[in-house]
Amino acid sequence: MRDLLDWLDDRTGYRALLRGALYERIPGGARWRYIWGSTLVFAMVVQLITGLVLWSAYSANAQGAWESVWFIQNQMMGGWLLRGIHHYMAQVTIVLLVLHLMQVLIDGAYRAPREVNFWFGLILLQLVLALSLTGYLLPWDQKGYWATKVATSIASMTPVVGPSLQQLLVGGTEYGHHTLTRFFVLHAGVLPAGVALLIVGHIYLFRRHGVTVPKDAADKPDGYFWPEQVLKDSVASLIVMATVLGLVLWSGGAHLGAPADPTEPYAAARPDWYFLFLFQWLKYFPAGWEVVGAQVIPGLVLALVAAMPIIGGWKYGHRFNLGVGAALLAGVVMLTWLARAEDAADPAFAEAKAEADAMADRAAELASTAPGIPAAGGLAMLRADPLTQGPKIFEANCAQCHRFNGHDGLGGQPSEPASASDLAGFGSREWLAGLLDPDRVASDEYFGATAHVRGRMVRYVQRGVAGFTPDVQDDLEKVIMAVSAEAALPGQAEQDAAQQAEIVEGRALIASEEINCVRCHTFREMTEGDVGPVLTGWGSRAWMLGMLHDPTDELYYGEDNDRMPSFGVDESLTPAEMGLVVDWLRGDWTTEHTPEP
Amino acid sequence: MTDHVEGEPASDAGEAEGLAPDSDAGEGRRNFLTGASALAVGALATLAPIGAAVAAILDPLRRGDGETDLVLVTRLSAVPEDGTPRKFTVTSDLTDAWATYADAPVGAVYLRRVGEGVRALNVVCPHAGCFVGIAPDGSRFACPCHRSSFDLDGVVNDPSSPSPRDMDALDVEIRNQDEVWVRFQNFLPGREDKTPV
Repeated sequence: MRDLLDWLDDRTGYRALLRGALYERIPGGARWRYIWGSTLVFAMVVQLITGLVLWSAYSANAQGAWESVWFIQNQMMGGWLLRGIHHYMAQVTIVLLVLHLMQVLIDGAYRAPREVNFWFGLILLQLVLALSLTGYLLPWDQKGYWATKVATSIASMTPVVGPSLQQLLVGGTEYGHHTLTRFFVLHAGVLPAGVALLIVGHIYLFRRHGVTVPKDAADKPDGYFWPEQVLKDSVASLIVMATVLGLVLWSGGAHLGAPADPTEPYAAARPDWYFLFLFQWLKYFPAGWEVVGAQVIPGLVLALVAAMPIIGGWKYGHRFNLGVGAALLAGVVMLTWLARAEDAADPAFAEAKAEADAMADRAAELASTAPGIPAAGGLAMLRADPLTQGPKIFEANCAQCHRFNGHDGLGGQPSEPASASDLAGFGSREWLAGLLDPDRVASDEYFGATAHVRGRMVRYVQRGVAGFTPDVQDDLEKVIMAVSAEAALPGQAEQDAAQQAEIVEGRALIASEEINCVRCHTFREMTEGDVGPVLTGWGSRAWMLGMLHDPTDELYYGEDNDRMPSFGVDESLTPAEMGLVVDWLRGDWTTEHTPEP
Repeated sequence: MTDHVEGEPASDAGEAEGLAPDSDAGEGRRNFLTGASALAVGALATLAPIGAAVAAILDPLRRGDGETDLVLVTRLSAVPEDGTPRKFTVTSDLTDAWATYADAPVGAVYLRRVGEGVRALNVVCPHAGCFVGIAPDGSRFACPCHRSSFDLDGVVNDPSSPSPRDMDALDVEIRNQDEVWVRFQNFLPGREDKTPV
């Protein structure tokens, strides 16, 4: 073995290299205050490892990014932990960088001959921020999408080259596949390569200059990097890792929002916390001054910081630098706090956040429930979801007249009062029982505000049903069961199956002498005068789609239709939209409890 | 290392002597020529890959001709008669890099009745590209990001509003009595002039 290593050393000279790396002399001995650079190297290595493995499961395209990140997060063994570490280590890295920079400032370690290394460090800081910015978009969720839109908009404000710069970053005129491929190559290729090169240069120069020894260490005996300082560095790295793990566990892992949607507002769009100060800063620049706020002033501040090694050589230069550093830090902290405080005091933001979280949860639920994510992607999946899309379509197209549980479907109140029935629970036994209740049929819940209030149905309920004997009332209940069973509501399936006998009885009673629905309505083959909407399949998906398509059809209201538009005939709703609102009204959507087909 | 270049005409002495080992004037001249040739040949060798790379990186600049057609957004009956703005999703055929999509959602507009006609505003904030919302009381448009504020016509209505221009109005045509067609376009944010992306 010894011979083999000797041979290897003879051919490579590895021992001298190792000795150089490990037995670096540290004047005054190993110290805790020297750990910061090493923790950063540790953090970068962690990011490299976790990033490479994330890469192995990530797909950079608009129908694969959110989907593959969802898969990493929810299906891959250890995926949530891997992504959580990558996510939180990125944030801890920024904290460590700021601490490292502060220490360099306080110790005056930027002064000659270390100017170039200070500049290397500043570039590294910017590369790490660029890594965070590009990484934020990669999951292609609402949060990353809208926050990054602001960032590329700022890029477009650059004088002269702005629009071209934005187009190059975005990979075209609009966000799409090439936005992801470009951000990904920056995040996983160009920027890490830059970081690696600069770290090598940074460490080389650091070794060349040695540590900046504090005054009180001058009389202490020298030490070596190995093993004294390495032990301290390792302990510090462990603490960093424990902090990151703590954050991952405390937060339950990195968040994944709903899939990016260019047509859905995302009022909760905020950058990650370390960019919040810039976000807040932009609020103070009136029209025409954005470039000053977003580019000129930050550029000047960076130039000032870069000039610190030179300024530091002047008489009061170091104090000046310390003052600038403290002022910058205080400013950033204050702006961050202001951004947080303004959002915390804004109920609209809290609402937007809750809505965003609800959409994110729903997207996750749909993705994890059969049939799962279609090839067209998570956004297509969400757009085909009755639970979230139905109420929006209802609010936009139905709530001018109808209500859903007294609201517009989304919880709001339209300006005009209700002028048609409340459709919550339409098709259910409860809904029908209300319609057939003499006290309620002419209320605003049903026909109160429609032309039908003077029609035969209201008269039938108020005069006929009101006079039913208890026996007939019992029969009516069976009729309600039978007609409601036509709707085949998923929420009522168990009840319908359990009371099959009553339902069969009810079907016959529809034509009974006392109840006699078929005097006006057609039910299966029974009919006397076909005036009202057909009861065969009443409230079923097909029945409701037909109603939406054309309520003036003879099967429905015919000439008696009040003001209900023919959404299908007019093409004011697409068949898909009609399907979504119908499925939503019928309570027919995918849930985690949906049995597998 | 000593390289020789034969038959080259004499030229000015090189400037890289400081780096080279001790040399007399003639050797210096030869070294300069060798060095210059090495750089030139090396540059020539990398020209093709670098050229191809630059071309590919710049490719997005060729995209987007700025020409957009009117697309059917909705029916007139779906736009509230009382003049309140309502958000509509704009769908259109879309080509995104290698993929084409029929009727894909490409953006959103606020439609609002004004007299007999309809006015269309792009929902994207001209300040920094966020999605402008309607204030809770319905009286104005308010951007949730940097506090841009516009009246219901999309005109900046607050002197401290950071938006450099009004919300982007889009061409609207009413066809066949009740079809609302809109020329959907996005514009560069953060500038006073309305430049199509």
